[in-house]
Amino acid sequence: MNNVYWWHKLWSGLRQVSGDDAYERYLAHWQERHAHEDRQPLDRKRFFKAEQARKWNGVRRCC
Amino acid sequence: MGQPTAVRTIRQPWAILLWTAISILGASAVGGIALSRGETINSLWFIVAAVCVYAIGYRFYSAFIAAKVLVLDPTRATPAERFNDGRDFVPTNKWVVFGHHFAAIAGPGPLIGPTLAAQFGYLPGTLWILIGAVLGGCVQDFVTLFFSTRRNGRSLGQMARDELGPIGGIAALIGVMMIMVILIAVLGLVVVNAMKHSPWATSTVAATIPIAILIGLYMRNVRPGRVLEGTLIGVTLLLLAVAGGGWIDHHPTLRVWFDYDGPTLALMIIAYGFVAAVAPVWLLLAPRDYLSTFMKIGTVIALAVAIVILRPDVQMPALTQFIDGTGPIFGGTLFPFVFITIACGAISGFHSLIASGTTPKLLANERDIRFIGYGAMMMESFVAIMAMIAATVLDPGVYFAINSPTGVVGATAAEAVAKISSWGFPVTVEQMELLAKEMGEESLFARTGGAPSLAVGMASIFSRAFGEGMLAMWYHFAIMFEALFILTTLDAGTRVGRFMLQDLLGNVVPALGRTSWYPSVLFTSACVVSAWGYFLYMGTIDPLGGINSLWPLFGISNQMLAAIALCVGTTILVKSGKLRYAWVTGLPLTWLVIITTSAAWEKLFSPEVRIGFLSHARDLADKLAAGALPPDKLASAPHLIFNDRLDAALTAFFLIATWVLVLDMLRVCYCAVRGHKHPPLSEAPHVPSRLVEDWVRD
Repeated sequence: MNNVYWWHKLWSGLRQVSGDDAYERYLAHWQERHAHEDRQPLDRKRFFKAEQARKWNGVRRCC
Repeated sequence: MGQPTAVRTIRQPWAILLWTAISILGASAVGGIALSRGETINSLWFIVAAVCVYAIGYRFYSAFIAAKVLVLDPTRATPAERFNDGRDFVPTNKWVVFGHHFAAIAGPGPLIGPTLAAQFGYLPGTLWILIGAVLGGCVQDFVTLFFSTRRNGRSLGQMARDELGPIGGIAALIGVMMIMVILIAVLGLVVVNAMKHSPWATSTVAATIPIAILIGLYMRNVRPGRVLEGTLIGVTLLLLAVAGGGWIDHHPTLRVWFDYDGPTLALMIIAYGFVAAVAPVWLLLAPRDYLSTFMKIGTVIALAVAIVILRPDVQMPALTQFIDGTGPIFGGTLFPFVFITIACGAISGFHSLIASGTTPKLLANERDIRFIGYGAMMMESFVAIMAMIAATVLDPGVYFAINSPTGVVGATAAEAVAKISSWGFPVTVEQMELLAKEMGEESLFARTGGAPSLAVGMASIFSRAFGEGMLAMWYHFAIMFEALFILTTLDAGTRVGRFMLQDLLGNVVPALGRTSWYPSVLFTSACVVSAWGYFLYMGTIDPLGGINSLWPLFGISNQMLAAIALCVGTTILVKSGKLRYAWVTGLPLTWLVIITTSAAWEKLFSPEVRIGFLSHARDLADKLAAGALPPDKLASAPHLIFNDRLDAALTAFFLIATWVLVLDMLRVCYCAVRGHKHPPLSEAPHVPSRLVEDWVRD
């Protein structure tokens, strides 16, 4: 039980650091904040496109 | 609630005992490193000294800064909480932010600087890495992250403009653009020197491009956003590419396709840089960044594990005779050049660009700033210590043979070993040939730049720790790993330079300011690429190795950026009425101003031709006029003379910009203390945090 818990934590941490779960987090945020609005959330592909464009618009890497 | 983070007073006896033990252990490790003479010293002492110094610095100094100087306030809502949009501003777990921040700040710098500075011996670099990080670099990152968080994640340039006024803002903007150009040129030169006449290295590095494109397509079209999957496939392909490079190297016809000299490779990198800068990010830059980040963190962890398992002996003496300025890798005395050569790993101004702007938007709580700002820089400093170990466990004769340019030690192997042995670092032609053969290279002489010697050091450590007999594989793995993230920095830097240039030109010609207008993209990218391409190409034809002039220039510009960040930090401290704590940023700033000024002065006016740009130009011009130059150098001499003068102009610019900023800071601080008119603090108003602790901090 405890072991499973830690592996799960490690895995979700890894997904979060790498941005693997970015779309899920976006959906959760959307449900929480914008669900009542008369709009649809972005689909996975369009979200990822927008996300990459946003991420690379500035200083992201150092020497 | 309500009580800002306080320095927990140590009351428990066991805690007093523990910290006393750590202090004694740390002091004896540092003392052992510093006082050891003659006998070789085990690298474990470096690790112990580093860990103890970091532990004490983090536990006490960063706690003091957090509680007394900056007064972190956990009850105050961060920008991530106030502007939470689920994407840009997101309250994020502190370990995740730490990972992002560390991946962003740690690049090739902390690996290369210590490798080059090892020419002075292991001691000066090691001490500077430890002390510089704990009292300077970590503090800079910490305060910049904090002040940017309090200003809604504003960038360093914006903060300089708000807090100091327009002069500070302009100096920061131009400074950042200049440093970008020099940084990319010098990193490009490191890659070129690693690939020159090495079909294995060149083909492996070339293979990273199609692999990155493949992963880019996969993550965009096949399985959108599945970052971990894509990265795993990419890393596997990269490892196959290292093995495939070995096959190409043994193939008589294929190897010719990948065998180039320095200037040709430089032109290829320039062409690549242009294409990469105008191509869409998802195609090349983003997937390559995922791959390089995973590779980087994996390799750094593997190196730490290998060093701890193996505990190799350090072969380099504590100090070499080259502290007098006659060093073969770069000219210049111990002071100030060790402090310029090692920028990243001790104090790196570039970090302030990441610590302002990107990271503040993710912080869930102000309290995390200490761990992320101070802690991540400690990690980078530790990477620098490992690079120092990897460079100094090599036989010093081998180290100098790999890193000394032909212009200093002579073009043939026999000349080079005779010269290096005469310095008291015995090395033989057979030894170098055997080593080159083991590493799967034609020759390892004159591979200036740090990457090949680091790769030899890493390969010998890895192969002894994880499997004998794979030396050539490990060597090319190390080269591929360095090239991978150097090329990422090159792409990303060119793109940032382009954005800045577009921003700047947009003030004059509005159309050029539109970042998505293709003619403007092409034009500004070409400008940025030709700027760094020029320095890169000149570096490859420079008989003194290019690194000799470019790396100090990079160090000076990087430290200048750090000075800008610390000027902003000091100004804010003084304006917030914390004059008595202004020394926290003021002391590292003073030190930086001293070292950048003296290094810049020497690079400008030293009569020694290997140090002073102007005296080198004069020397060459005199020889040219007297007809004393050999015919093969005749053609390049006018270019080299011009290049020296250009380098001198750049150095003068960095020097003047630093002083303008410092004087501007003193003016604003004086006005603040005396109550005269000055730009007001631009801190965002206090909004209480409403995040439930357990939820955010999980």
